Amino acid sequence: MGDHHHHDHDHDHAPIEEVAAAPIEDRILETAIRELLIEKGVISAEDVHRQIDIVDSRNPALGARVVARAWTDPDFKERLLAHPLKTIQDTFGMDMTTPLELVVLENTPEVHNVVVCTLCSCYPRMLLGIPPAWYKAVDYRSRVVREPRAVLAEFGVTLPDAQEVRVSDSTADLRFLVLPARPEGTEGWSEEALAAIVTRDCMIGTGLPDPAVKRDEAA
Amino acid sequence: MLEVPYRYKPGDRVRVAQQPAERHCRTPSYLRGKPGVVMSVTGAYRNPSLLAFHKPGLPVIPLYRVCFRQDDVWEGVSGSPDSVAADIYEHWLLPADGSDTGESSHG
Repeated sequence: MGDHHHHDHDHDHAPIEEVAAAPIEDRILETAIRELLIEKGVISAEDVHRQIDIVDSRNPALGARVVARAWTDPDFKERLLAHPLKTIQDTFGMDMTTPLELVVLENTPEVHNVVVCTLCSCYPRMLLGIPPAWYKAVDYRSRVVREPRAVLAEFGVTLPDAQEVRVSDSTADLRFLVLPARPEGTEGWSEEALAAIVTRDCMIGTGLPDPAVKRDEAA
Repeated sequence: MLEVPYRYKPGDRVRVAQQPAERHCRTPSYLRGKPGVVMSVTGAYRNPSLLAFHKPGLPVIPLYRVCFRQDDVWEGVSGSPDSVAADIYEHWLLPADGSDTGESSHG
């Protein structure tokens, strides 16, 4: 939960760019609270570092494995759409214990899904790790709900006029993962090869899987 | 899903209330007063505007995924095939029958 700007005002059309780290005051406050909690014995320094390790261990490769499996196993896909976190935990053994719900948004020829959190920076961290800086930036958050196609074009994504762009705003207790459509030209590929073309942006909806671009090269 | 009374069901036409925002409010300002359609009932959750201040946030409140047409959300947009889907708590929703302007006291 970060700041709570509301952006009703006019906006410029600056490109989506990286933003600076948290303001210095916020970092000082975080350090002060953390040190006090440790000093009072509420949490230990070990707890803090264990949690950082957990957060750092999550990355888009987890989500990519899920997407690749959904592309190759229709039964898995059905269960994934119905019960996302349970299916992922049962299939891959990843600990998906979280108070949040996950919704998997399947892209179809009719609907292309894009995810944002206009209020702060809610993100499917359990599968994608820490969000990119642009996802937290005011530019992206305020513009993608207002002019989604212009924003997507800046990411290099142009969609047919007949395909609805549906922007899911993570306003409450749900987190969203986009299940992109399997691209043509990947027939017969192994699950591992498929996972390698599922970039982070594909799972936010600001990218499309490209058989010529592997995840690590795109990152 | 928790067994609580759900006022709305998928397909229902609703309108987001124009009411004073709570100090911690999960209803985006750009959707207030806008009409939409319930896509799904997602369950019932503790009230985030109370949780933010270390209150229990009970009783739980039904939460809905609501889809808004771009045409209905932004002035000057018409004929757009695009939409915004947001998760809105029940105390921020009204039936979109036109008789209620959103100055509601419920919730």
